[in-house]
Amino acid sequence: MRYPNALLISCLCSLVPIVLVQTPAFAQDTVRIAYIDPLSGGGASIGEVGVKTFQFIADEINAKGGVLGKKLEIVPYDNKLNPQESLVQVQKAIDAGIRIVTQGNGSSVAAAISDFAAKFNERNPGKEFLFLNYAAVDPVLTNDKCNYWHFRWDANSDIKMEALTNYMKTWPSIKKLYLINQDYSFGQAVRAAAKTMLSAKRPDIQIVGDEMHPLLKITDFAPYVAKIKASGADSVVTGNWGQDFALLLKAAADAGLQVDWYTYYAGGTGGPTAIKQSGVNHRVFEISEGHANIPHRASQDFEGVFRAKYEIGLIYPRVVNQMRMLAAAIDEAKSLEAPKIAAKLEGMKIDVFDGGDGFMRKDDHQFFQPMYIASFGERSDKEPFDEEKTGWGWRIITRLDAANTMLPTSCKMDRPS
Amino acid sequence: MLELILISTLNGVLFGMLLFLMASGLTLIFSMMGVLNFAHASFYMLGAFFGFQISRYVGFWPALVVAPLLVGVVGALVERYGLRNVHRHGHVAELLFTFGLAFVIEEIVQMIWGKAPVDYRIPPLLDFTAFTVFSTNYPAYKLFMLVISIGIFIVLLAVLTRTRVGLIIRASLTHPNMVAMLGHNVPRVFMLVFGLGCALAAVAGVIAGPALVTQSNMAGLLGPILFVIVVIGGLGSVPGAFIASLLIGLIQTFAVSVNASLTDLIGTFGLTLDARSPLAQLTNVTVAQIAPVIPYLLLVLILVLRPTGLFGTRET
Repeated sequence: MRYPNALLISCLCSLVPIVLVQTPAFAQDTVRIAYIDPLSGGGASIGEVGVKTFQFIADEINAKGGVLGKKLEIVPYDNKLNPQESLVQVQKAIDAGIRIVTQGNGSSVAAAISDFAAKFNERNPGKEFLFLNYAAVDPVLTNDKCNYWHFRWDANSDIKMEALTNYMKTWPSIKKLYLINQDYSFGQAVRAAAKTMLSAKRPDIQIVGDEMHPLLKITDFAPYVAKIKASGADSVVTGNWGQDFALLLKAAADAGLQVDWYTYYAGGTGGPTAIKQSGVNHRVFEISEGHANIPHRASQDFEGVFRAKYEIGLIYPRVVNQMRMLAAAIDEAKSLEAPKIAAKLEGMKIDVFDGGDGFMRKDDHQFFQPMYIASFGERSDKEPFDEEKTGWGWRIITRLDAANTMLPTSCKMDRPS
Repeated sequence: MLELILISTLNGVLFGMLLFLMASGLTLIFSMMGVLNFAHASFYMLGAFFGFQISRYVGFWPALVVAPLLVGVVGALVERYGLRNVHRHGHVAELLFTFGLAFVIEEIVQMIWGKAPVDYRIPPLLDFTAFTVFSTNYPAYKLFMLVISIGIFIVLLAVLTRTRVGLIIRASLTHPNMVAMLGHNVPRVFMLVFGLGCALAAVAGVIAGPALVTQSNMAGLLGPILFVIVVIGGLGSVPGAFIASLLIGLIQTFAVSVNASLTDLIGTFGLTLDARSPLAQLTNVTVAQIAPVIPYLLLVLILVLRPTGLFGTRET
């Protein structure tokens, strides 16, 4: 009885080296990027749009020959918008041999991943992974908690608030302001920045409300809207995104609340539909790094193709910048190893998706790019694209060059020797 | 101020009535089987999605009738071919069954309708402002939701307390063996009550879908609060569920509009706290910020002080 078993085991053993040799060869046919974002629960609708965007740009790069002759592949992981769960997913991605991780929804999640990257990369030399952040905008990630392995392509919330308040201060009609934000790190950052910047730029503006509500848990914003109304506010500043923005606008429309909205993410999934339903024509403003209706030929052509494929607008122009820079960095480094790619990304300059100069600041790994303030409403001849089939579209109000969006950083970058 | 109070009351009553539509079915099922039906909010979600789908073909009004009936049938089938078989293995098995069912329903909904919110619109007939209080509009649709909910409460109460059917149901809840001895088909009563409970949740789904958001996570958002209501109101008590729903609806709405914090309370006694002390982090939290937690605090208090709930006769 013992001999056949031993024979079998020795046979199996002889197979092991073959399997071991073959697996990495398979894995390296593509350059895989782990996409870690909510694909279930309240953030799922946003996470799905992100997957499509990354996929589309990966396809575009692959059509031009990929990177180092290999194709880019996006591998989605569901983090349920939960920091702990995200780390489990990052670990899974690393175990699968992935060395590039991207994430965007939730600064609390981004902070966890960034922290993990710092620790993991220090302990596992030769296995480092890169963390490319496409949307988490808590300023702390490129300031006090900055980290060499983290790169951010979206303007952080202080940069956005700086631009937004520079615009708001030119409007004397703003007298009473209401702040409503989600109760987590990003919402706190928005509210704090709005308060300090406005008190410096327009001390006469009275802040009549400062609301923090649970993240993605509210089904009916009617009580909050009643409160805004009672406060007599003429303008609202909100960093709300996803359903928290759409439902807030819906409740405001139901109650007939007439205010100006200064937002970060009105253009997110469901946002335009809610604005159209509430009928506030060109009274919702958004600060972002790009919009479909920016008069720039290349990006409008891209937008057309993107819409033809997915029937949604491109919400993340920054993802185009991120992916193109990643591809360029890999090509320049002629390597897929994270430390070599990171070295090339630092300080890299590009002609950004919507036109203009952008660069990855070496000091803190924050990307700087032209920013736009746009309002949402009826379109003129110059605005070819509408959003979410509402017929309404974005109108560019003002543009700030990258140089005008610079803020100092407190980051003391700890570079691996 | 008066405006805020009035509008908050209206909003609170409306939210409360919506909760009642769901909680009434849940409390009946709860007392009948002795276990929480974790999937109850999923039937609410099914109602919203069925309502959305049907209203695309035949309009909102037929959907308001057809969708709850369909969900009721689904619920009855679940009881007949699922729960009844699991029942033999005890309460834990039943609990696990409904727990799993909630996930299954959510996955199915995601497979069919996706994860993004669907465009479920208010019927044009009701898309206007019913009245204006001070300067706040109150939409006609919300008024409609209120009327439907109150109507269902009255009908339900009348059926349960004034009719023969209600008599058998109530008897089956408390003395199933006795009712069976008298020649009634108790398992069928259970099946019908389960179906009815699901249909009520579906009504809530159909009418809440356009006003709130119709999305695959809507069950998860409302599920936990239903258990709070059932426990506070008392098991199997429809009037208890009614009062508890209104209470929770009003508390949540009003808590949001209160900006006071512990620091303010201490301040009224002439004391001041050092803003930099670690304690200040805690005392600076306003009532509005903890509004979503208040119902659960209430749940804990009720379980400690009055385990039978406000109107219940039996311990939870």
